[in-house]
Amino acid sequence: MATLKLEIVTPEAKIYSQEVEMVTLPGVDGEMGIYPMHIPLMTQVAAGEITARHGGKDHFLAIGDGFVEITGERVAILTDMAIKADDIDEARAEEARKRAEARLQEKLTDEEQATVQAALVHSLTQLNVKRRRRS
Amino acid sequence: MPSTRDIRRRIKSVKNTAQITRAMQMVASAKMRKAQLAALAGRPYAVLMNEVLAAASEGAGEFTHPLLEKRAVRKRAVLLITSDKGLCGALNTNLLREAAKYTKDATVFVCAGKKGAQWVSRAKRELAAEFSYKDTPLFAEARAISKSVQQMFIDGTVDAVDVVFTNFISTLNQKSEVRQLLPIQEIQALEAGVDGEGQTRKLGEASREYLFEPGAATVLGNLLPHYLNYQVYQFLQEAKASEQSARMVAMKNATDNAKQIIKDLTLEYNKLRQANITKELLEITSAAMAMGT
Repeated sequence: MATLKLEIVTPEAKIYSQEVEMVTLPGVDGEMGIYPMHIPLMTQVAAGEITARHGGKDHFLAIGDGFVEITGERVAILTDMAIKADDIDEARAEEARKRAEARLQEKLTDEEQATVQAALVHSLTQLNVKRRRRS
Repeated sequence: MPSTRDIRRRIKSVKNTAQITRAMQMVASAKMRKAQLAALAGRPYAVLMNEVLAAASEGAGEFTHPLLEKRAVRKRAVLLITSDKGLCGALNTNLLREAAKYTKDATVFVCAGKKGAQWVSRAKRELAAEFSYKDTPLFAEARAISKSVQQMFIDGTVDAVDVVFTNFISTLNQKSEVRQLLPIQEIQALEAGVDGEGQTRKLGEASREYLFEPGAATVLGNLLPHYLNYQVYQFLQEAKASEQSARMVAMKNATDNAKQIIKDLTLEYNKLRQANITKELLEITSAAMAMGT
């Protein structure tokens, strides 16, 4: 069976690199399922959950917003945050969310606000992915 | 002529200094390794971003974006990336020499790092903003800096943005460089982090036809600010790696010098001690001879 190479990279590191059978992405215009031999496509992703099917099993990752390059044999994702569902520490994500929310109550400059907002989105995404996996 | 006690005291104080510089050298070398690793870890991202940019700029065709707009330069912003602390050799001096070349009236400074900001206020230049960055620069810090200069460029406060930073060439060699950040002239391949060979590959080698969603122009438009953020991030990493290695080398030299001084002082001390003993012996023998006769 044909496979796709899924690569997820952030400025800090390469998070994921693996041959997979199918990928589901949170595109800006809705979810997208990518199979091998997909037409070359360049698009943006929103913060959310990525599903990678590999060996008949689904693996989940939380990602931040970014860009995706899709070719017939490769899916490359550029994002500012990516973490495997199994690695998400729920307590820490929850704490980060609370901290970010508390910070938003304070008086902030636009830039700080954007940074905190981004941190909040990251922790919320992580929490969503983690909680959905459990139920 | 100093007494033996003076020399002993000096040896002790130089020894203390050497101990401190040696410790700082160790710390800097550990941090340098970390900074280099961080720059390496970001490389896949740089490669990928290049490919995406190349494909997007090809697919977008005739494309205009506020960040690409060329204007007559009346006012220029300079992003000055220095270290927070001293004791790193000529690193900051070299940077500030570059910075001082800009004309006073037509330049505003955006500083990352305390040394630069201190210089700006000392030289009575115009300071637009000051940022700090950590030992391992975070992408969020780079984004904050990049956003603020982009904002200045877009609302017309400045017509061009340059970066003055130290390029990491090797552990022993760092070079202060000036690059134009805005307007984006032609999208060049991001250079490969640590080896810093500054290879610039022109884009447009991607031959595949891509489909764009929601559209090439939109994707490229969103990608450009991100590209800048990433560039600033890379500049910060280069600067950090340079700072740590410059500090390591400076501290190594200081330790070596201290050792040399200790050696010289010890020699002098021993000579003095022996001279004293000889003198005492002479006195005793001459006294004995005077008594005996």
